[in-house]
Amino acid sequence: MIRAQTSVRSDNARSSFKGALTHGYRPALCLLGLVYASTLLAGFLAPYGPLTQNRDLSFAAPTRLHFLDPTGRLHLRPFVYGLTIRSGTFDEYEEDRSRIYFVRFFVPGAPYRIAGLFSGDHHLFGTDSPARLFLFGSDQFGRDLFSRLLYGGQISLFAGLLGAGLSLGVGLVLGGLAGFYGSWVDEAIMRVAELFLALPWLYLLLAVRMALPLQIEPGQAFLLILAVLGLIGWARPARLIRGVVLSARLRDHVLAARGFGASDLYLLRRHVMPQVLGIALTQAALLVPQYILAEVTLSFFGLGVGEPVPSWGNMLASLQRYNVLASYWWMFLPGIALIPVFLLYHLLADALHQRLAAYSL
Amino acid sequence: MRYVWRRLGHALLVLFGVSVLSFLFAELAPGNFLDELRLDPRVSAATIEALRDRYGLDQPFPQKYFRWLQSISRGELGFSVAYNGPVGPLLWRRARNTLFLTVTATVLAWLVAIPLGVWGASRKGKWADRMGAGATTALLSVPDVLLGLGLLLLAVRTGYFPTGGMVSLSFAELGLWDKVKDVASHFFIPVTALILANLPVLVRHVRASLIEVLQAPFIQAARASGIPERRLLFRYALRAAANPLISLLGLSIAALLSASLVVETIMSWPGLGPLLLEAVAARDLHLVVGVVMCSTILLVAGSLLADTLLYWVDPRIRQQG
Repeated sequence: MIRAQTSVRSDNARSSFKGALTHGYRPALCLLGLVYASTLLAGFLAPYGPLTQNRDLSFAAPTRLHFLDPTGRLHLRPFVYGLTIRSGTFDEYEEDRSRIYFVRFFVPGAPYRIAGLFSGDHHLFGTDSPARLFLFGSDQFGRDLFSRLLYGGQISLFAGLLGAGLSLGVGLVLGGLAGFYGSWVDEAIMRVAELFLALPWLYLLLAVRMALPLQIEPGQAFLLILAVLGLIGWARPARLIRGVVLSARLRDHVLAARGFGASDLYLLRRHVMPQVLGIALTQAALLVPQYILAEVTLSFFGLGVGEPVPSWGNMLASLQRYNVLASYWWMFLPGIALIPVFLLYHLLADALHQRLAAYSL
Repeated sequence: MRYVWRRLGHALLVLFGVSVLSFLFAELAPGNFLDELRLDPRVSAATIEALRDRYGLDQPFPQKYFRWLQSISRGELGFSVAYNGPVGPLLWRRARNTLFLTVTATVLAWLVAIPLGVWGASRKGKWADRMGAGATTALLSVPDVLLGLGLLLLAVRTGYFPTGGMVSLSFAELGLWDKVKDVASHFFIPVTALILANLPVLVRHVRASLIEVLQAPFIQAARASGIPERRLLFRYALRAAANPLISLLGLSIAALLSASLVVETIMSWPGLGPLLLEAVAARDLHLVVGVVMCSTILLVAGSLLADTLLYWVDPRIRQQG
């Protein structure tokens, strides 16, 4: 009888969680999924490899797509011209109109692997050599910015996602322990959390970063950043989760279940965790953009993922030079790409928050 | 008053904890700051031994920490390898510049945010409010790095503002009025960046807490007795909504300091941010700990200020205290 009632109660909690997933923020979630998927498919979607250099096309502006050729004929298939350096200058290009190069789909090119599983050498679009199709322009070494943006997303976007997952996990365990057991466990964990919250996060991030070796391989740097993010960010979610667990633990149905001899583990799994999930997800939607920003900031300052591996942060780093800042607007694109991503996360967090408020028991 | 004293004691405890914590991080780092110095042929072995002795580098962690505390009492806060001198004097100048920047940005951001938030709340759901909400969400999504770089681009392109630093090269020769003008022109771009970085959060909170208050019965009563709307909003509603906003003032300082680190570095403003980055790159442990402590002090002082303000504004807290 009691057993039936308690399960009804937690079904409520669970349906609120399910309800939260199917309402309001579906568009934001879908779009974010699309963004993440396209970075994973970077090999196929990007016309060039992330490290492919064209030293003679340094800082080329985004390639213009044409439909009308010099003779005035209209082509339905867009085409581009090759670039040559304008005589008398060393960093200005002009189109060589003597030959047109059509934009083609499913062109063979540099081999790639997707998620380390599938390999291929066909790219969604491209054009014939020697012309280059730089949708977003090229950087100092003539590397295609569009391709690097896609590959860089694999680092920047996933560092945020995984870092948030990590610190949420730590926060979940520590906050859960503190809220569930109370007394000195609670006291100890919360005092330490307070210290982590007393530091401005960027200062904390750099202080933790200092304790780690300065020069590291890009692959290791990625893992390292994840570890640093997980370490600095656990305090806020832990504190929130502690509060939820604390109040969940003292609810009548939980006390009743405990009275009937339910084990701690059962109580946690069956009654406490479903309530925590909602707030944990909302926290995640808030944490991920902050962590993406953390990676971008670290790499921007040269303390994160280093060249030649692209990340949105180290792609922005060249803007620290005034001539790049003033002359090549397309170098801002990795930073501008962050805006829609952050916007989607904020919309997601808002929607999750509203669902949570509407469903809160 | 006991309330304020208790807060002060708590703040000191936090500072103590943060210093232990940052020393623990330093302990985890491989090598120590004398390794770099040892490579310098101009530094004699005796000097290194003297430094090693002074900062107790061979000693276990508690002693090392104790030595550092001792050097605080001398006003040194440890030894900086990169600058080859005590950390303390380096910090004060930089902290002053950061404080100058962040305090101005905070005051201006609040001065802009309060009317905007009140205005949004009083037109809740109307198109102007929705536009405002959209604009704040959009601004919230612009990363600090991009904001700083964008404004710097503006300065470079228009040429109206200097593009970095705090003073011009000829600063020492200028008269007093020109000095003020010079600093102000260097000041404009970083302070604008900080205000824009901080504004959306503030406007959202002002709006939200004011909307909550506007639903209270006493507002309806006030409105029914014919108090003009503007007076109602700014005199009565805003005062009732002040509590969460004052708490936010304390909390927003943390975000402000982080944004300030980025903005200072991009605009080469000689504050704590560039100093910390240099220190991290040079693995200058005591300097890093010093800067981190400094930022914590600013943060703790900010929340202390907010708590005191709360104590002053809210009679309920005064009675509890």
